Amino acid sequence: MSKPTTVGVVTPQTARFESPLTLKSGATLPSYELVYETYGTLNADKSNAVLICHALSGNHHVAGYHSEHEKRPGWWDNMIGPGKPIDTERFFVIGLNNLGGCHGSTGPSSINPHTGKPFGASFPVVSVEDWVETQARLADRLGIHQFAAIVGGSLGGMQVLQWSVNHPDRLRHALVIAAAPKLTAQNIAFNDVARQAILTDPDFHGGDYYAHGVVPRRGLRIARMLGHITYLSDDAMGEKFGRMLRSGAYNFGYEVEFEIESYLRYQGDKFADSFDANTYLLMTKALDYFDPSHHHGHSTLSETMRAARARFLVISFSTDWRFSPARSREIVKSLLDNNLDVSYAEITAAHGHDAFLMEDPHYHNLVRAYMERITGEKAA
Amino acid sequence: MNMENAKVRHDFATIAAWVKPGSRVLDLGCGDGTLLKYLKDSRQAHGYGVDIKDANILACVKKGLNVIQNDLDAGLSGFEAGSFDHVILSQTLQAMKHIEQVIAEMLRVGKEAIVAFPNFGYWRHRVQVLQGRMPVSPNLPYQWHDTPNIHLCTLKDFEAFCATHGIRILERVVMDGEREIGLLPNIRGSVAAYRIERG
Repeated sequence: MSKPTTVGVVTPQTARFESPLTLKSGATLPSYELVYETYGTLNADKSNAVLICHALSGNHHVAGYHSEHEKRPGWWDNMIGPGKPIDTERFFVIGLNNLGGCHGSTGPSSINPHTGKPFGASFPVVSVEDWVETQARLADRLGIHQFAAIVGGSLGGMQVLQWSVNHPDRLRHALVIAAAPKLTAQNIAFNDVARQAILTDPDFHGGDYYAHGVVPRRGLRIARMLGHITYLSDDAMGEKFGRMLRSGAYNFGYEVEFEIESYLRYQGDKFADSFDANTYLLMTKALDYFDPSHHHGHSTLSETMRAARARFLVISFSTDWRFSPARSREIVKSLLDNNLDVSYAEITAAHGHDAFLMEDPHYHNLVRAYMERITGEKAA
Repeated sequence: MNMENAKVRHDFATIAAWVKPGSRVLDLGCGDGTLLKYLKDSRQAHGYGVDIKDANILACVKKGLNVIQNDLDAGLSGFEAGSFDHVILSQTLQAMKHIEQVIAEMLRVGKEAIVAFPNFGYWRHRVQVLQGRMPVSPNLPYQWHDTPNIHLCTLKDFEAFCATHGIRILERVVMDGEREIGLLPNIRGSVAAYRIERG
């Protein structure tokens, strides 16, 4: 096995789709673009493709660097690359920016060709099922009928579940990481607070803030701060920040005093500078609506998963309270009920929900072992 | 490892003989998956292992087996009643905290269960106790202070347990290494395997 390295410099590509797409909401997009990156080489029988589905704030830049000068690699570079758990010397890996995103795929901040202005509030609400549909169309465009595996964490894991039900024959393996079969009320509540922060920001302008030359920074910042609290565990926060004070003493004011405040504000600011508020709203809505049983007219997850044919690896993290191990076990049970092949691991990790993006040796060894087993499988 | 050519542990072979070809199997405390892999290869069993240790989960995934990370002492709520042909507990019983609950759960989830465990009544163990020491043997390879085994029992104990809990014993095989034991099993047998069902 070669020493793990990076895929190096990668260039995003754009696929333009001119056939109209009818969304779950009933709205239709006459045309749209998807931005994607690929790593590795597609083999002759096109049986080694792996699709990576991104989470709330992710995008197509999964691994490698956009230039020699880029400081930080793609968001899952520790998992994907030559000699890495998802080995690009064996697999042809695809990352894309989901429809409604803000990193190049058609979304609220894109220019509507019919008006010459950004879509803004007129961009329709998209669902996980819509994403799966567009991802399938991208696969068609690349000549991939069946993926060796589809992999995703969090909201990405939800897309993997949806794939396994909507296109059971188009994936041999499903890696569902730190996900849930549907959100709890508490989870929807967190999302709504985040949305309210954005929607009530005076700079939001009903979603058409582009025309006013402003962005709802305050709302987006608070939304992200809240998100970060839920992605980390209490213990991890305590260990990393505790009650440390920046100046070592109380200042009896409202400026940054505790290190945790500094961290959250920094994360909030960074996010507000780089992410589109409308996209954030759409993504949280897709999370809330996700329920694979809902559109299939089934009452239970087990009934819904009856359609699936893939083999599954389900992974959860011990301190993840936003997508707790119990939720992953619900997924596992629905697969067991249908006699599907599934392995389930609960990784002992301190970092809460964020652990799925981090480099834990056992977690990475598991994914590596699983992916090695499926190397060289032929398309069914 | 290729089980075809490798020497199969006698207790594994005994268990495999009870497993109907192509049946659905749950192996509780499956360890590194050796037994499950053997049942998959030799009996075409569609199986799932359950284990709590990270290293065992990884070993099973490396073998291409289905494995679920779970604490058996927390029950088998993730499994539907009657959803397995065989539920196996091999060399794990003695390390469980809640024996009654685990066996009740096995018989809920499985149409029948297979339990294999070291016999505390084995003569070598008796001799060591008479010598005033806690037994240590190939089947009980631990010192008193580091053993995971908290509920050791003899054949008689287990059979009495089955009787009082309304569990029917369908078959029993008692072994000492490679040999099957007929006479004085509770003294001469180092390992026993039972096939049981709800009475």
